[in-house]
Amino acid sequence: MDSSALFNISTFAYIIAMIAYIAYLAFKQKGIGLAATGITAAGFIAQTAAIFARWSESYAQWMKFSPESSVLLGISRSAPLRNLYESLVFFIWSMILLYLIIEYVYKNRSMGAFVTPIAGLALAFIEMAGIGKEIQPLVPALQSNWLIAHVLISFFGYGAFAISYATSNMHLILASSDRKAQSYIFWAFAFSLFIWVLIVATAGTISGPPPEGMDGRSAGRGMSFWLPLAGLYPVLFFVVWRFGLSMKKLLSSFDLSTDILDEITYKGIAVGFPLLTLGIITGAIWADSAWGTYWSWDPKETWSLITWFAYALYLHSRLMRGWRGVKTAILSLIGFISVVFTYLGVNLLLSGLHSYGGG
Amino acid sequence: MSEKKPASVTDKIWSVLSSVTLAVVLIAILAVTSIVGTVIEQSTDYDKNIKVISTFVGSGAAPAAYKALNALGFMDMYRSWWFMSLLILFSVNLVVCSIERLPRIWKIVTDPMIPLKDNVLRNLGIRHEITVASKPEDARSVVESVLKAGGMSPQAATSSEDGSVQVFGQKGGWARFGVYVVHGSILVIFIGAIVGAIWGFKGGLNLPEGTDSDAAYQYGSGQEIPLGFTVRCNWYETEFYGNSDMPKLFKSELTVLENGREVMKKWIRVNDPLTYKGVTFYQSSYGPIPTPQNGLFVFKVKSGSGGEQMVWAKMNQPFKIPGTDMEATVVNFSPALTTDRNTGQLYTYTSSMNNPAVEVRFTRGGQEVLRTGWIWKRWPDTGKLQGGAALEFDHYWGAQYTGLQVRKDPGVWLVYLGCILMSIALYVAFFISHRKVWVKIAGDGRKTRILIGASAHKNKHAFEKDVEKMVSGITAGLEGGV
Repeated sequence: MDSSALFNISTFAYIIAMIAYIAYLAFKQKGIGLAATGITAAGFIAQTAAIFARWSESYAQWMKFSPESSVLLGISRSAPLRNLYESLVFFIWSMILLYLIIEYVYKNRSMGAFVTPIAGLALAFIEMAGIGKEIQPLVPALQSNWLIAHVLISFFGYGAFAISYATSNMHLILASSDRKAQSYIFWAFAFSLFIWVLIVATAGTISGPPPEGMDGRSAGRGMSFWLPLAGLYPVLFFVVWRFGLSMKKLLSSFDLSTDILDEITYKGIAVGFPLLTLGIITGAIWADSAWGTYWSWDPKETWSLITWFAYALYLHSRLMRGWRGVKTAILSLIGFISVVFTYLGVNLLLSGLHSYGGG
Repeated sequence: MSEKKPASVTDKIWSVLSSVTLAVVLIAILAVTSIVGTVIEQSTDYDKNIKVISTFVGSGAAPAAYKALNALGFMDMYRSWWFMSLLILFSVNLVVCSIERLPRIWKIVTDPMIPLKDNVLRNLGIRHEITVASKPEDARSVVESVLKAGGMSPQAATSSEDGSVQVFGQKGGWARFGVYVVHGSILVIFIGAIVGAIWGFKGGLNLPEGTDSDAAYQYGSGQEIPLGFTVRCNWYETEFYGNSDMPKLFKSELTVLENGREVMKKWIRVNDPLTYKGVTFYQSSYGPIPTPQNGLFVFKVKSGSGGEQMVWAKMNQPFKIPGTDMEATVVNFSPALTTDRNTGQLYTYTSSMNNPAVEVRFTRGGQEVLRTGWIWKRWPDTGKLQGGAALEFDHYWGAQYTGLQVRKDPGVWLVYLGCILMSIALYVAFFISHRKVWVKIAGDGRKTRILIGASAHKNKHAFEKDVEKMVSGITAGLEGGV
């Protein structure tokens, strides 16, 4: 079987698993929960196989163009971590892996209904935005041994942050008494923003790269792009705000305290933050060896630093000021909005050096 | 966060500088202002940012908004006085916070452990109580060996009140310093950046093939930076994937010369620079030279018997093709020649040397023109001659320049050191905790009561499991011993 067939199997499995987890949340049938876990695990295995199949396919391509390469160099240069499609796949893979571990450790399946939709949204984004899936030869800037370390570490970190996002989402819903609660309004704001960013990213990809100036750098997008999208946000917000609270009833029937959610959120960030730091460091070392500058305030770099700041705020307010509960959950949400922007927003909306992830 | 009431202005300033609130506020300001610099393109031309600003405020208000933002330094904000001031304040905050807190942490880590009173012991986060039939002395030795197995060196104290014994131990106290090392590593990185900014330089150098330079040029100002040696570009080449226009490799062969003597030679490429005496040359761009003065066409001449020979030729100057009775003359050149699909006409599709080709006139005896035709580098077959020989076009030497980024940064090792420190310290700060265990052993003649209390300054759940193991270790040890 080739990689795309395996990817299709895993996509299909994750979508079914998402439906099963949500059904489990609604009906609390143990059988449905077991099936959801089983299907997720099957999807994960298929995806793992797909990643390795794609690796071997791009290895063959690399060796065709560079027959003088050693096997090791060929393996390193063909790792499927090179463009937006491959990074999205790896992001989903690491998030699902972390989720399966957490589900096993905490023996609670209700989180699946919040984690698998993130995978579902990412997969839908790949399809709707028509992100290029073909295996492209590696551009010169990416021909570095730092590529694997940098992308692997960064996206594992993103996966951990995604888990924290899911649990802080649940936390805010559980902690909100009604639609007027500030925590609930913020949750609706963040959740609709998350969906909105994905829609913007989709629109950005469909309408092609931003127009270029004379020097080949992007000139940014105009009003005709932004205006309709800006108008969409209030609509999204209203829908999420109006119907989101019904999830509280479903969630509160589970043996799930806000304390456990708070703890998982913290653990996700405790894993994600060092990984994000290492991701920034490996990126800096790489930039230094490729361009002779370890930090150039490029939008991608700056946004990764903003994300770092956001989670540093979370950590300091939690560990030093003793904040718990809704306040830290809100900070975790802000952190993940920043992650999504660092990852997708920068490539699709801003210009800069880090453009390979955009196509 | 000193607990005394600030008495003077200095005290007040100190308490502000040492507060976590200031740290939180500074981090938030740094994060929010940094966003602006990713939307407004930094150090670029007016037109581009006017467009960006128009998107937000409309084209009417854009020039005024630009002026205001420019006055505040937002067009080059990461080097502006206020952003620098924020970073300095942030560093001062880090230092003062550490000065304020470190003595306390030092005391916690180095102070010897003391036995706990019953009510304290019973209030610890992790507690266990077991009663065994063994003698207190046996219990004590088992507890000591269990603590030792857990990586702690146990101490013991006997109570003067009831004669009970407390065994206690700790580990991982040094992990409490982890977070301060993280803070310190940020300062090390900043110092590295400052050292680089003061004693280093960053510039560019465009070197046409065959030329050399003993200076690079500062970005922006164009100011000359003497290198202290000479660097020469021998060759520049872009390699493509197959017959596509997708670049596979940008590479230049550089030679370093000192007093006219060659001291170093290397092919550099993106991700693989050349460093000599602290100055590093990075492959950063390339480009064509519109009318090369000393351009030479490089041909590979293959004879029918398999021999190969390089020939270098000038435009419009006939040369003998070795192994044949013919001469060749280059009469035309195109950096990227292709055929129009509709008209069949040849045309140049880009000025960059993507698909170079030469038009060659073949003659015999200097007079008789045999034919004139194009030879492409990409398609060696176009150079085929009669009798199995071939005139393959290889390169138009001297017609391109290599764009080098030239950098000297004596602070980069400090930056790397800071990064390594930060990585290790973050691991310590998040995943290693200061763990303490107290075990009170009290015998009442027939039975022995063992009271276990433990605490960890973080990751309590993981330690809870460890303590449970210790408890079962103690139980097993004593039951086995009875």
